[in-house]
Amino acid sequence: MTQKDGSTHGYYRSLTRNIVILVIVVSITPMILVSGLLLYQFQNSYREKIYAHLGEVVQKHKQKIDGFLKERLDDIRFLTRTFTFEELSQESFLQDRLFTLQEEFGPVFVDLGVVNERGIQMAYSGPFKLGRALYSDAEWFKKAMTREYFISDVFLGLRGLPHFIIAVRENWKGQSWIFRATIDFVAFNTLVENIRIGQTGFAFIVNKDGEFQTRSLLDVAACKDIYLDLLSEGKAGENKMRIVERSDSTGKLNILVADFLKDNDWLLVYQQDSADAFADLGKALRWAILINLVGGLAILTMAFVLSRRIVKRIAEADQEKNKMDEQIVETGKLASIGELAAGIAHEINNPVAIMVEEAAWIGDLLEEEEFKESGNLDEFKRALKQIRTQGKRCKDITYKLLSFARKTDPREQDVQLNELIEELIALSAQRAKYGNITFKTDFQETLPTVMVSQSEMQQVFLNLINNSVDAMEKRGGVIEIKTRLEANEVVIEVKDNGPGIAKANLGRIFDPFFTTKPVGKGTGLGLSICYGIIKKYEGEIEVHSVPEVETTFRVKIPLSKDRTDLTSA
Amino acid sequence: MTIANVLLVDDEVPFVETMTKRLNKRDLQVSAAFSGAEALEKLGKERNVEVVILDVKMPGMDGIETLREIKRRHPLVEVVMLTGHATVETAIEGMKLGAFDYLMKPCDMDILISKVGGAAARRREQETKIVEARIKEITMRRA
Repeated sequence: MTQKDGSTHGYYRSLTRNIVILVIVVSITPMILVSGLLLYQFQNSYREKIYAHLGEVVQKHKQKIDGFLKERLDDIRFLTRTFTFEELSQESFLQDRLFTLQEEFGPVFVDLGVVNERGIQMAYSGPFKLGRALYSDAEWFKKAMTREYFISDVFLGLRGLPHFIIAVRENWKGQSWIFRATIDFVAFNTLVENIRIGQTGFAFIVNKDGEFQTRSLLDVAACKDIYLDLLSEGKAGENKMRIVERSDSTGKLNILVADFLKDNDWLLVYQQDSADAFADLGKALRWAILINLVGGLAILTMAFVLSRRIVKRIAEADQEKNKMDEQIVETGKLASIGELAAGIAHEINNPVAIMVEEAAWIGDLLEEEEFKESGNLDEFKRALKQIRTQGKRCKDITYKLLSFARKTDPREQDVQLNELIEELIALSAQRAKYGNITFKTDFQETLPTVMVSQSEMQQVFLNLINNSVDAMEKRGGVIEIKTRLEANEVVIEVKDNGPGIAKANLGRIFDPFFTTKPVGKGTGLGLSICYGIIKKYEGEIEVHSVPEVETTFRVKIPLSKDRTDLTSA
Repeated sequence: MTIANVLLVDDEVPFVETMTKRLNKRDLQVSAAFSGAEALEKLGKERNVEVVILDVKMPGMDGIETLREIKRRHPLVEVVMLTGHATVETAIEGMKLGAFDYLMKPCDMDILISKVGGAAARRREQETKIVEARIKEITMRRA
């Protein structure tokens, strides 16, 4: 038995597990797939959008910076074309030009200078004392001498401040000279510094050696290798904008947008922390994960709770079914016992009849003359009478057995319930006597008959009486049965002063298979059959019980339609 | 003259024998049959049987079947049904088929005698009517 319990327990556990797994797989899989797919698509398109945006920003600034440099160069070239070496060599004239330029463009031009082909500055106008400075060894001078114009990288130079130079070479009387202008580093810087996106997005310019041409706002040393990579790629490949995502030496992922400036001399780099650039994406991702987690948790909880509940129900149903199976077998057994009893009763009837007949024959013979004088004649007669009495008793028993084992007769007929109940009381009298139970009746003499099936009514009231007798068998008591007519209804009350019905059971006593009797004693069908029968006649059956005091079953059976009309008429 | 000329039909031999003796003692002319078929045979031979006491439950041809046959062949013979247990249905069916009355087994002798007597009286009355009718017919013919 324990082994069986163990195996069924295991069965329910594996059932629970299977349901849980099924629910989880079926609900979580699509959730993860859908959210993953959406997130992936969203990430792609969002990345494209960010890239496009950054690309556009960088493109615009590249044009702006290139434009700025070209304009400044054009300004200087215009001056060299318009004025001669001699004119420009006069410092006062030069001063005027610088003044005009500054008036025109703001403090972009810091100073102007005229340098001859040996590198000696012939004239200078500006805030620094740089007259007659010698530039023959300066890098920019060497480069400027080889071409028509030149824009230098940023360097510290003689003045010790970062700046860069625009130089234009001209010829005068067979000799080359250079007109140079210094561009204000701060003014130039603002062009690049203005590119600020998000919290970590910024831009800067590096030259071909990876040296910074503008101030970088943040520490970008960690990324230096990447810039060099970008530079070398730029040299090898075509001259077009590139957008890459690289992790720097500290492992942080950065977006880099790079484009060449100034005839591929400089590289404009925009750099932003990926996490910052894709902040919205990150937020969406976090939400998605949160929702997935919460949803998953909800599904898990639901799967567990639901499957537990389902399995519990199944287990209960199984249990109920088992119980019911047992009871059906029990009922079947009872039915066959009933049939057997009927058969036996029938068979006994004939021999008993013969015995009684024979006794009666002896009685007849005793009437003959020859026995009249016998001294034991009275004793013979007494014995024969006893045989007859006991034979009649046997007949009564078999008669009752037969009439109750008989199939119920569902034909409706006029039944006088007083008589019917009286008969049933007589039937139960023997049992009641053993239990020290007495019957008390209070019948309304004028009770009209009702149109019902005799055998069904017998069943109903015998069940009620039997229940009362069963309940009081141990302690004895009184069963009181009352009948009366009450507004077109015949009301029958069966009241006993037995132990009563527990309040918890009161609502269930009419349920099929509900019984408080020990296993095998009661089928739990009696009252439910009563209920079914009474309901069939559109009647009512109700119970009132005060534990340890009394229990009353009240049955109401409506008079048939035509009789109702009669009484009301 | 006896109270009645009776044919007792039951498959229980001891019952029939005792019953026969008892009824004989009470001025009844009794012959016995132990099955439906035998009863019909005897009725065919002994034309003076007035009342048949017929057990309902018998092996082979049962009481109801025998009753039907008796009434078909000998409509004037009265039948009293004898049942082991009173089932209303059997009694009603018997009455419909023309039984005079029914009795429960074991039965009180006085009741039995009175019922048989009643049945015999009716039979005789019927017979008398028939005889009178015949005489009338014959006299009418003469006339």
